[in-house]
Amino acid sequence: MEILTLAAKIGAYALMTGVLLFALGVVALRNLFHSALCLAAALIGIAGLYLFFRADFLAAVQILLYVGAVMTVIIFAIMLTEHLSGKTTIQHNRQSLPAFLGIAALVTVIAKVILQTPWPVTQKALGAHTSVEGIGTALMTVYVFPFEVISVVLIAALIGAVIIAKRENPS
Amino acid sequence: MTLIPVEHVLIFSLLLFAIGLYGTLTRRNIIGILISIELMLNAANINLVVFAKTTSLSPETGQVFAVFVIAIAAVTVAVGLAIVLALYRSRKTIFADEVHLLKW
Repeated sequence: MEILTLAAKIGAYALMTGVLLFALGVVALRNLFHSALCLAAALIGIAGLYLFFRADFLAAVQILLYVGAVMTVIIFAIMLTEHLSGKTTIQHNRQSLPAFLGIAALVTVIAKVILQTPWPVTQKALGAHTSVEGIGTALMTVYVFPFEVISVVLIAALIGAVIIAKRENPS
Repeated sequence: MTLIPVEHVLIFSLLLFAIGLYGTLTRRNIIGILISIELMLNAANINLVVFAKTTSLSPETGQVFAVFVIAIAAVTVAVGLAIVLALYRSRKTIFADEVHLLKW
């Protein structure tokens, strides 16, 4: 049992490191197709982390929606505009240094706050197991209003995307 | 979740968010910017799940809102890529700094 716990711990940290490395790949790689593949790998790693946090339903949604649908759309758009990003094209703008400095300052401040805050851990939440049934009940009872708002937003975005992407004057 | 302290996961998601923010600020390609935004949304999602697991009073709340965030992310990608395609069709570019019609 001790070894099992240790293995789970090491696995979680390894997963986090892997996700961070793939995220760096997403940002730093020159070829956009490669960075999209890195994004897919990072998303799968995050789904593994959800499994580690006992959020099974969310892991399934992550794989299905992100890795399945969103990645397909992104790769589709990259392929459509591929010949724009040749080997000589500069992929990063000239704000790299100020952006890095600003983000480093932000990370320092927030990390300090995180480390100084005592995070209360409720034993009730730790022991609770969230089932798909519980999530469905919560969606349909307590959170039914945000659920409906999300549906309206999805419909509006679908119609908007179709209207934006279609040709303007079919002659 | 009893295995790892909450702080470590929060630091991890902070780093993920920072990487996404860096990509958003420095990428020229609009699709690259969209990809980096996905990273930032995922970092927020990890925080939601972790807090739902450790400190929340009702364990479903965080996961329900993580599902909402995923839905919003899908909307972002759909509308964003539609805009990219329309832009590519009319201006033949997908680089954010070459689209400066409203810039002074």
